[in-house]
Amino acid sequence: MSGKTLVTIKGVRDGLVFVLDDRCEWDSLLKELEDKLTRHGQQLSGAAMQVRVRLGRRQVNEDAKEKIRDIIGRYGNLLVESIESDAEGPPAIPRDNLPLYRMSGIVRSGQAVEHDGHLLLLGDVNPGGTVRCTGDIYILGALRGIAHAGCEGDTGAIIAASLMMPMQLRIANVISRPPEEWVSEDSRMEFAYLRGGVMEIDRITQLHRFRKEATLSKGV
Amino acid sequence: MGEAIVVTSGKGGVGKTTTTANLGTALAMLGKKVCLVDTDIGLRNLDVVMGLENRVIYDLIDVAEGRCRLGQALVKDKRFEDLLYMLPAAQTKDKNDITPEQVKAIVEELKPDFDYVIIDCPAGIEQGFRNAVAGADKAIVVTTPENAAVRDADRVIGLLEKTRIGSPKLLINRIRPSLLKRGEILDVDEVCQVLAIDLIGIVPDDETVIKHANQGEPIVMNPQSRAAIAYRNVARRILGETVPLMPLEEKEGFMRKVRKFFGMG
Repeated sequence: MSGKTLVTIKGVRDGLVFVLDDRCEWDSLLKELEDKLTRHGQQLSGAAMQVRVRLGRRQVNEDAKEKIRDIIGRYGNLLVESIESDAEGPPAIPRDNLPLYRMSGIVRSGQAVEHDGHLLLLGDVNPGGTVRCTGDIYILGALRGIAHAGCEGDTGAIIAASLMMPMQLRIANVISRPPEEWVSEDSRMEFAYLRGGVMEIDRITQLHRFRKEATLSKGV
Repeated sequence: MGEAIVVTSGKGGVGKTTTTANLGTALAMLGKKVCLVDTDIGLRNLDVVMGLENRVIYDLIDVAEGRCRLGQALVKDKRFEDLLYMLPAAQTKDKNDITPEQVKAIVEELKPDFDYVIIDCPAGIEQGFRNAVAGADKAIVVTTPENAAVRDADRVIGLLEKTRIGSPKLLINRIRPSLLKRGEILDVDEVCQVLAIDLIGIVPDDETVIKHANQGEPIVMNPQSRAAIAYRNVARRILGETVPLMPLEEKEGFMRKVRKFFGMG
C-alpha cells in the first residue's frame, strides 16, 4: 500500500471527524478504516463520541454507507452522526421530483419571487429584483438582478438565463459576483452551476454533461 | 369627465415638477382645461415653477380638512384665460397630514370640471407617493438616463403595476446628446429594454429650463427651446396623436451650420 493515509481521524469540539480519501479503491479504504480502528481502539474507548464521516467527492449508495456505519459501530462508544459526501447535495434532494412553477412578467427592483421547487420565468429579472427557489431557476429573458437557486442547500441546482447579466448569482451558500469571478462570454443562453464549490458558467448546450441525464430522442 | 395623470419617479431631482408644469401648460396651450395638483406637502415647488407662488391662499390640506371649498383653493393662471389652474400643496404640514382617500376625493371632485388633472408626486415611495397615486387614472414615470434613476423608476413601476393604474408611460428626461454619443450615459433603447413600458417622450437636457423655472415661466412657452418642443410633443401624445420621437442630434446639426457659416464645413 502507498504511504498516503486514506483515513484521517480528527478530533473536533463535539466529537470526531473521519475524513476518508475519495480517490482510492473502496475496498482498500474500508480495510484501512478497520485497521485504524483496531490499532487505535484503546484510545478510542471511553465516553460515547459523535462521529461525522466525510467522504469527499466520492459518491456512494446506502449499502456502502451502512458498511461504514457497521465498521465504526463495532466500537460501542462511537456513534455515527452523519455520513457526508460532497458529490451529492447535502442533504440529498430528489431534484427530479420537485414541482415546476411557471410565471410570466418582469421581476422589478425591490420585488422578490420565492418558490419551493424549480422556477420557470418567462420575462426579465431587473437590477434590484430577486428570484429565489429551492431547485433550479430557468429564465427565458434577461437576468439582470439576483438569482438564488438551491436556496436550502442544494449545491447541484443551476441557474439558466437567455441573457446572463446578473448583479449576483447564488447557488446554495455560494455567492458569485460577475465580472470579478466570471464573465458572460456571449449572448447565447447560458447556465451557472457549482463545480467544487466554485461558480462556473457555460453554454446551455453543455448542461447535459453536468447533469448526466439520459437523453431520449426519437428519429434517426 | 377628465383624466387624472400622476407624474412620479421614485428618485428626486429627475424633473417631476418641471414635467408636471410643462405638460400642464402645453395641454392648456392646446386648448384643454387643466388642473395641476401639487402633492409634495411640506416641500411644495410647483407654485414656484409656475410663477404662482404669491397667489396661493389656501392649499390641499385646507381643502381636505374643510377649511375652504375646493374652488377657493384653486389658483388660476392668468396667462391662459380659463384653462390652467393649480391646487398648491401645504408648506407647513407633512405628508402624513393627509390620507390617500382624501386626495382621491379631491381629484374625483376636480375631474368633472377639467379635461386633465395632473398630479405632481413627491420623491420616494412612502405616504406621499401613496397619496399622489390614489386618485390617478394613469401615470407617467419620469427618469433620467442614469442607473440610479432607472433603478428607482423600475421600483416605482413595480408598485404602480400593483395598483389599478396598471402599466405607466415612460418619459426620459434630461438626455445630454454629447454624453449619449460618447456612450457615457444609458441610451433610450437601453432604458426602455430594462423598464419594458411604453415610451411617451424623450426630453433633451436644456439649460434654459432652469432659467425659465426660476422666472416662473414654464419652458414650454418658449418655442425656441428643444425641451419645449419635446414637452409639446408629449402633450400631443397624451391627446392621442402619433408624434415621432424628436432626433437628439440637432445640437450637432446646429454646430455644423455654424461651421458652414464660417466656411469650415
